[in-house]
Amino acid sequence: MKKALIGRKIGMSQHIAEDGTMVPVTVCTLGPCVVVQKKTPEKDGYSALKLGFEDVPERKLTRPLLSDLKRKNIAPKRVLGEVEIFDESLDVGSVVTCEIFAENQVVTVTGITKGKGFTGAMKRHGFGGGRKTHGSDFHRAPGSIGAHTYPGEVWKGKKMPGRDGGGRVTVKNLKIVKVLKDRNIVLISGAIPGRKDSLITVKEK
Amino acid sequence: MNIIETVQKEIMPLDRPMNFEVGDTVKVHYRIVEGSRERIQVFEGIVIAINNKGVGKSFTVRRISYDVGVERVFPLYSARIARIEPIRKGKIRRAKLYFLRERTGKSARLKEKRVARGKAVAPVVEVPATHEAIPENQENENA
Repeated sequence: MKKALIGRKIGMSQHIAEDGTMVPVTVCTLGPCVVVQKKTPEKDGYSALKLGFEDVPERKLTRPLLSDLKRKNIAPKRVLGEVEIFDESLDVGSVVTCEIFAENQVVTVTGITKGKGFTGAMKRHGFGGGRKTHGSDFHRAPGSIGAHTYPGEVWKGKKMPGRDGGGRVTVKNLKIVKVLKDRNIVLISGAIPGRKDSLITVKEK
Repeated sequence: MNIIETVQKEIMPLDRPMNFEVGDTVKVHYRIVEGSRERIQVFEGIVIAINNKGVGKSFTVRRISYDVGVERVFPLYSARIARIEPIRKGKIRRAKLYFLRERTGKSARLKEKRVARGKAVAPVVEVPATHEAIPENQENENA
């Protein structure tokens, strides 16, 4: 069972390792998360922990959600998300903090990438494009998108310009550099998907 | 940004007050680790730039070595720098002294800035070694 937690990306910085090397790190707040619901195979068809993250004023939530949380004696939460059950002792109302992660632990981070809008084929799919100079009039266009009589159509899934970014992306094998327990902050080596302040899920490898 | 600044303060490996400015001539005592041993190498030159802030703050030192200009960038808060010794203050009018790269010989010098005696200067911070130096004979026994 893999430990997981919901959090937010704050931004990037550097960390000086003991041997003096500079490590690029992403600063993230992780948790504290409250267990809102424990899903079981008998009742829900699968098992999961529903976690709530970040306090929010009551007026921001819908009444059905609010009354559900009130019944369970949980303060209103902005974000709800499901993770695997990693600790059977966790019950509705128990709090999970970033202490579940340790330094040097390898984790997987999931987030929503920055939206790029409508982009060309060069940026979106890494097409080569044409020459900029020497009389070339073919610069950033995608080029040919198919043959002639056969196939007589453009193949489905052909890489073309379009909306890019803003999708769910998972990055594996990132290392936790530091855990600042009292601030609920975790430093993860390298870059993680998303803009600053975007929601992320960090999962143990 | 604010959270990042406080986090940076917390993870800073050491507190090294700035005891030099751009234009100063400094001696940087840099620790070089060779296997399990450590020695100190001194790099002396003019600070031509101070870059970034927070944990990533660094400075560039330029010197002319055997008629070849050599520049080294040091991270200010690295524990690998044993100490930074200011030698001479330079009289300068800009923050980045990249114009020195085009100059050689006499024109590549800076006028000295006279500082009133007794003026407070940040102390030289000595950072202790992380690796213990092994005496020669002991190492031979191991080998």
